[in-house]
Amino acid sequence: MADAAIAMTGPRGAKPKKALSPRNIMLYGILILVCVYYLLPLYVMVMTSLKGMPEVRLGNIFSPPVEITFEPWVKAWATACTGLNCDGLSRGFWNSVLITVPSVILSIIIASVNGYALINWKFKGSEVFFTILIFGSFIPYQIMLYPIVILLREAGIYGTLGGLVIVHTIFGMPILTLLFRNYFSSIPEELFKAARVDGAGFWGIYFRIMLPMSLPIFVVALILQVTGIWNDFLFGVVFTKPDLYPMTVQLNNIVNSVQGVKEYNVNMAATLLTGLVPLIVYFVSGKLFVRGIAAGAVKG
Amino acid sequence: MGNSIEVKDLTLNFGSVSVLKNMNLDVKEGEFVVLLGPSGCGKSTLLNCLAGLLDITDGQIWIKGKNVTWAEPSERGIGMVFQSYALYPQMTVRGNLSFGLKNAKVPQPEIDKRIARAAEILQIQPLLDRKPAALSGGQRQRVAIGRALVRDVDVFLFDEPLSNLDAKLRSELRVEIKRLHNQLGNTMVYVTHDQIEALTLADRIAVMKGGVIQQLAGPQEIYNRPSNLFVAGFIGSPSMNFLSGKTVDGGKTFVFGDHRIDLAGYDGGAVLERDQAILGVRPEHVTVSSSAPAGPSIPAVVEIDENLGADSLLWLKAGTKDICVRVPVEGRLPAGTKVHLGLDIAKASLFDTKTEQRI
Amino acid sequence: MSVTSEAERGRITSADRPRAGWRRNISAKIAAIPMIATTLVVFVGGTIWTVVYSFTDSKLLPRLRWVGLDQYDRLWSNSRWLVSIENLLFYGVMSLIFTVVMGFILAVLMDQKIRYEDTFRTIMLYPFALSFIVTGLVWQWILNPDFGVQGIVRSWGWESFTFDPLHSPETVLYGLLIAGLWQGTGFVMCLMLAGLRGIDEDIWKAARVDGIPTWKTYVVVIIPMMRAVFVTTLVIVASGIIRLYDLVVAMTSGGPGGNASQVPAMYVYDYMFQAQNLGQGFAASTMMLLSVLIVLIPWAYLEFGGKKHG
Repeated sequence: MADAAIAMTGPRGAKPKKALSPRNIMLYGILILVCVYYLLPLYVMVMTSLKGMPEVRLGNIFSPPVEITFEPWVKAWATACTGLNCDGLSRGFWNSVLITVPSVILSIIIASVNGYALINWKFKGSEVFFTILIFGSFIPYQIMLYPIVILLREAGIYGTLGGLVIVHTIFGMPILTLLFRNYFSSIPEELFKAARVDGAGFWGIYFRIMLPMSLPIFVVALILQVTGIWNDFLFGVVFTKPDLYPMTVQLNNIVNSVQGVKEYNVNMAATLLTGLVPLIVYFVSGKLFVRGIAAGAVKG
Repeated sequence: MGNSIEVKDLTLNFGSVSVLKNMNLDVKEGEFVVLLGPSGCGKSTLLNCLAGLLDITDGQIWIKGKNVTWAEPSERGIGMVFQSYALYPQMTVRGNLSFGLKNAKVPQPEIDKRIARAAEILQIQPLLDRKPAALSGGQRQRVAIGRALVRDVDVFLFDEPLSNLDAKLRSELRVEIKRLHNQLGNTMVYVTHDQIEALTLADRIAVMKGGVIQQLAGPQEIYNRPSNLFVAGFIGSPSMNFLSGKTVDGGKTFVFGDHRIDLAGYDGGAVLERDQAILGVRPEHVTVSSSAPAGPSIPAVVEIDENLGADSLLWLKAGTKDICVRVPVEGRLPAGTKVHLGLDIAKASLFDTKTEQRI
Repeated sequence: MSVTSEAERGRITSADRPRAGWRRNISAKIAAIPMIATTLVVFVGGTIWTVVYSFTDSKLLPRLRWVGLDQYDRLWSNSRWLVSIENLLFYGVMSLIFTVVMGFILAVLMDQKIRYEDTFRTIMLYPFALSFIVTGLVWQWILNPDFGVQGIVRSWGWESFTFDPLHSPETVLYGLLIAGLWQGTGFVMCLMLAGLRGIDEDIWKAARVDGIPTWKTYVVVIIPMMRAVFVTTLVIVASGIIRLYDLVVAMTSGGPGGNASQVPAMYVYDYMFQAQNLGQGFAASTMMLLSVLIVLIPWAYLEFGGKKHG
């Protein structure tokens, strides 16, 4: 669609008749240079993680490994030590899975119903709650941390995965609700009216009409939440105990632990492993990811 | 024949904004009533209130002798057709038609029967297993009408159903809706801002403005005897010519500038003497002659001649006043021609300037 | 003839409507309970709670013994807090300027109907999918003085070359900036690109007919038209900067030299959960809230204040 739109309009600069005009050389030159800067860290991570420690000490970080070894990966996954134990990142990985899956599902269910109710079933004060919700997304988490600790402690779920799931659901609510609300508002209201004349109620319209029409936005929300929750550090530290730490926290503890000899190759393998889930989500999802992050910028 | 729809003292406020004001409207059984007005006049709002899609602030709504003021839309015995068709995109045409019936727990054989009948009436049998996206605009609107049809209800509500279609399709479907009404004999309430649709379809037209029905009457009555200045100006294209002046001689003569116009034959109430009055004459009720007639007439100069094909519009200047006249194409005159205008008083309307009501 | 009672026929006033009040839209209200609870209990309640307790001398546990503004006095005379604020201001201003300027320039380059746009965008945006921890650790490794950039340049023979931002209090913030910009610029570029694409194509045609050079069209016409995009971007980026925490933890843990790269979020965490001095943590987080409000209220006023029901 974008291509067609651009092709139609001449004014976007001269048509590149010559592939190698000075303008094009400059343009692509700069873009390629920028891309090298962006790709460098990924390259360094991969290269370092495939070298043995002696090679890391001798060579430079940009040179490819002379002898490829997967040992750092194995070690990072299974035996790397945090301060407390030495069973590698695998523990953090599974913790992150156990945190991310229910958090994503719960937050998307609640936020999509919120968005639907806010658009089609406005009740007195519903807009006020939404405004507070959006304001809440800008308030620094720090100011709400301790009250939540108290609430979770009172509920007996402080320091459990369940508690952390609730925290993620709460803090994912503003952006997701905005996302769903904006999407549902783009669905013609007459469709909703027609369904009411057809005798469908709150849940009937949600499940039979809205949900089947909104699968793309559910995918966007899924991407947003999987990467967001997987990448979280602060909530993981505050609301769980060491043996339930998510992967990011455990990664930081492994790499920045003061004891022992620094094993940079293992560290990079661990870093890469932690970044792998969001990276896969990112590369698979493509343009939907862009749509998700742009949602924050869409005005309500 | 009883009343199919009765609106009693209906009031609707959005916060402090009053959208519908103490409205009363009776629609007879089998009648085709068109709600006509400019955007923001409350016509769609009234329709949504009838459908139960908006909760009203005060008053009552009765449909088929039942007080449905608090009833859910699906319980009111109405079918509704929307401007944007509002077809469920993920369902086939058949799914769209059966959705309401399934919600109402109508048994499957009955559903099949009703869909078959609706499809036959609307000639959409070949489309039943397609998705809405695979249909043209006209086909979509047919399906949308079908959705109202299968509900087997007596009252159809149309919310600007033809506005999204191009001119040609619009006139085709207009005829089709008329035919449907003749065939089914349902009560129909139809919202539009298009006066051609209103004049062609309606048994009665309710012209609305500012949440109030200005006039409720048959199309000819509305066109010939508009009850106030707004209705007079809103109906008819080009708009009625309005001449400001006063009435003298005990109401026998209308004075406009230096011109005296005899009001003999005026079809209305007692004119009396008024300091301020407005005489409204439609473009086709003004006669143009090149030589001065015997009685008093208004001299004018042709400014523009608009050829419409079947007839022609002359835009004239009488002093400083712009006047439009509809003439047959043979009666076209070049710009600059000096003419004399005569008014058909029997078809004119006289309004009180202060109350804006027809006299 | 159906007979209807006088009462039934009578007018209905809003006072005796059965569906009036809380029972209307009952399903919608039940469905909205999580949202209502979150906004009222957590966002409003939690914020007020913390602000109130910032006026107490809570230590290990919160308690309501009022000490007025003592916590704030102590906060603003604590050198660690002052350094945090200075750091945040410096990092924030630099980061805002660079991300917005670079993001816009990159977006303009991307908007020249280039080939492989998707590939370029994918590469520029992928860091945004990574956590700050991963970002911080990678750049910590690249900036490693022995094996990273400095080590390599020295191994080429330039023995005196020094590039070790993370281990010097004067330069540590630049080290953080390099990583922060790498992570966030692609995101800003995407927002800006969306803004550019949202501009009416006819504007470009008009500018071309008027003979205005492309660069000038951007400066004189396009940038003013993108005011809303710029403001929104600034607000999103700024509110993210105020929360800056993970990146510092991963790259420097607040060091070197104890607190050269301290930030307010770290101060709050340490006093709340490590030093068991809740009152200080509450006061510091209240100050963070205040700084966000200073950014947010004028923005909200500009964006939503003027056009109610719009």
